[in-house]
Amino acid sequence: MNTVAVDTAGCPSGLAPPSASEAADPSPFVRRVGKQDRLSLTVRGAKCGACLSRIESAVGALPGVDNARLNLSTGRLDIAWSGDLSARRIACTVSDLGYGVAPLDTRAGDTGHRKEEQSLLLAMGVAGFATANIMLLSVSVWGGQGEMGEATRQGLHAVSGLIALPTLLFSGRPFFHSAWNVLKRRRTNMDVPISLALILAFSVSVAETIGGGEHAYFDAACMLLFFLLIGRFLDARVRRRAYSAARDLAALASRTVTRISKTGTHEPVRAEDIRPGDRILLASGERAVVDMLIEHGESEVDESLVTGESLPRFSAAGMQLMAGSINLSQPLSGRATAASADSLLSDIGRMLEAGEQKRGAYRRIADKAVSLYVPIVHSTALLTFLGWWLAGLGLRESILIAVSTLIITCPCALALAAPVVQVIAAGRLFRGGAYLKSGDALERIAACDHVVFDKTGTLTLGTPRLVSISLPAATLEDAAQLARASRHPLSRALTAAAGPGPIATDVKERPGLGLEGTVNAIACRLGSAEWTGARASLHNGAALFFVRGAELPVELRFEDDIHASASATIARLRKLGMGVEIVSGDRSDAVAEVARTLGIDHYTASASPQDKVRRLEQLQAEGKHVLMVGDGLNDAGALSLAHASAAPGGALDVSQSASDAVYSGGLAPLPLLVRTARKARQVMLQNFGFAAAYNLVAVPIAILGYATPLVAAIAMSGSSLIVCLNALRLNLASEKPV
Amino acid sequence: MSALIYLIPIALLMGLAGLAAFIWAVRAGQFEDPEGDACRILLDTDTPLTGPARARSGPGSAGP
Repeated sequence: MNTVAVDTAGCPSGLAPPSASEAADPSPFVRRVGKQDRLSLTVRGAKCGACLSRIESAVGALPGVDNARLNLSTGRLDIAWSGDLSARRIACTVSDLGYGVAPLDTRAGDTGHRKEEQSLLLAMGVAGFATANIMLLSVSVWGGQGEMGEATRQGLHAVSGLIALPTLLFSGRPFFHSAWNVLKRRRTNMDVPISLALILAFSVSVAETIGGGEHAYFDAACMLLFFLLIGRFLDARVRRRAYSAARDLAALASRTVTRISKTGTHEPVRAEDIRPGDRILLASGERAVVDMLIEHGESEVDESLVTGESLPRFSAAGMQLMAGSINLSQPLSGRATAASADSLLSDIGRMLEAGEQKRGAYRRIADKAVSLYVPIVHSTALLTFLGWWLAGLGLRESILIAVSTLIITCPCALALAAPVVQVIAAGRLFRGGAYLKSGDALERIAACDHVVFDKTGTLTLGTPRLVSISLPAATLEDAAQLARASRHPLSRALTAAAGPGPIATDVKERPGLGLEGTVNAIACRLGSAEWTGARASLHNGAALFFVRGAELPVELRFEDDIHASASATIARLRKLGMGVEIVSGDRSDAVAEVARTLGIDHYTASASPQDKVRRLEQLQAEGKHVLMVGDGLNDAGALSLAHASAAPGGALDVSQSASDAVYSGGLAPLPLLVRTARKARQVMLQNFGFAAAYNLVAVPIAILGYATPLVAAIAMSGSSLIVCLNALRLNLASEKPV
Repeated sequence: MSALIYLIPIALLMGLAGLAAFIWAVRAGQFEDPEGDACRILLDTDTPLTGPARARSGPGSAGP
């Protein structure tokens, strides 16, 4: 795939928007292993095979690079090189391709989650092997009923037992461990009846084998283990995905800061090493990681992620700069006013944690089902044993029947009911352009009845667009020659409208005013009305003026476009019975305009992050379940507090990690998200209902003593299969929008 | 029936071989990046024999 056009920035398939921020110097994160230097970076925006190929081949082509490998699932790029290649050059190579890049602190990696997932996968593999092989032997025992000699049967049982023992010890550990932990605290969970059933089934079967008995439950024990581990593994996988997205927040905070030492030298250091009072330099295009007070320089600062304000703010010496803002034009230097742990970014991080804890109190449907289930199963098994024993059946037979009850009621279908639905719903949503981040997201989204939108970047594109159509082409081209030299969003919009071309000579940028330079030997200016000597604009939005020599200034108008799919999406959400409102940090007139165009009655403008959180609390007090949709740093607190939340793919890492779902390609996936979530909850409830119905049939059979190993095997695999097939129905539903 | 004496161990050994391969694959990280590996098979990392020679120090070293 070397044919991919190199000039397209970001993902060539358009699955993620290109990133504009410049790479921070990752050199403090380089590890030295032997003669090799190693570095891990988080790459954002890499979504397809072409991204993979572009990034790996560009980094691999740098001198001295021995190995560059990108993990597309987690966005982690590992590079190993020898020689004097600078880490900064590697980061710049990736960011020049249009991907966001941040150094990854391997000390704070997700090794714990990875280990857990890996050990579950191994346990599942071993249980699968044992189940298949024991089943092979068991089928011959069942098939040979009446014809098979007693010695042969005993031999086959013994071989089964020899396979089952190590399997139980190895694959059963996750259950035994968890059951033991809760029992120590005198509580119980689903793993207690599972462990009990496994241990009892095995012990009874060993006793039966030694005594030459007819029934051994080795196959049932292993099959149980296998099915349960499938459910457990799927669940762990979903949770690890959610966690690796949350890790993006850590990646964002572990950026590098350029510190100016007393002697005036610049050195890159980790953000957490910055103390209040340190002098720091913020180059143009860099994002502030700690709150700082500007001492030198003046520049335009993009605070859209902090405040939601769509236009950049002029900043000069003596002004405060919040972490999360991006410096657009000139380098700024100043003093850190807070350590990175006390900066706004970390405050928001703490808001996230607080919200996450509140959300942690949410009880999944599965957990509720289990808390009902455990006491019933245990008392049934105990009563069965006592009943038969008192009725005069021998001790051995009574135990055998009680154990078969415990096995047959063991929650195979219950353990698969939720995770399988989650995996299938997540796959369906992924095809529709949305992906889920947390395991219980579906259940929470399904309950939502009210949507709160942020405006900038969510309902609108977040980038201004030139709307002065009647402009002469020559004027546009001349203005663009100046604009190409600047990072200001309006200049970028102008450049986007004019297309690529030459840059004017000696362009100077005056922060807060505009640009000046020479185009075709004529001095030209582009900027505010004041800068160009024009009258103030009547346009209700952003405007620039361009003046050539002594000619009259020309006005260029810009608008922040509403997403093409916005009004259709809102209509569909309403059809699904959801209330819609806007809560934005932007100016009142800009928000009112959007609300009017989309026909939304309720809106709040100029809302600070705290205001947003307060509004959500108010809505929750009214008994509404809110789905929050937002993209900025100022939304992060609200996103984590809302009953459920979604962020667009172009959102800041923090917001994406605070939300339950991330969608791309306009707003269209939102109704699909809500519909799929509701459908998934319905299927999940059906599955639980089915598991209950299965028990209603299976338990009497077991209590009466008819649950032979053959019946148990058929019942367990049959019920699990039906639950999985029912979950597959999610895929059959029409993929058409409502 | 006496065939079982060696047939069962053979069957088990074959199963164990599969299990060993699976354990190796998990340990070697074959299941770490399912999305990336799905794409990697489509990547054309070969450079043409003729034509402009591209200076490349190993094309991203595909494969683990």
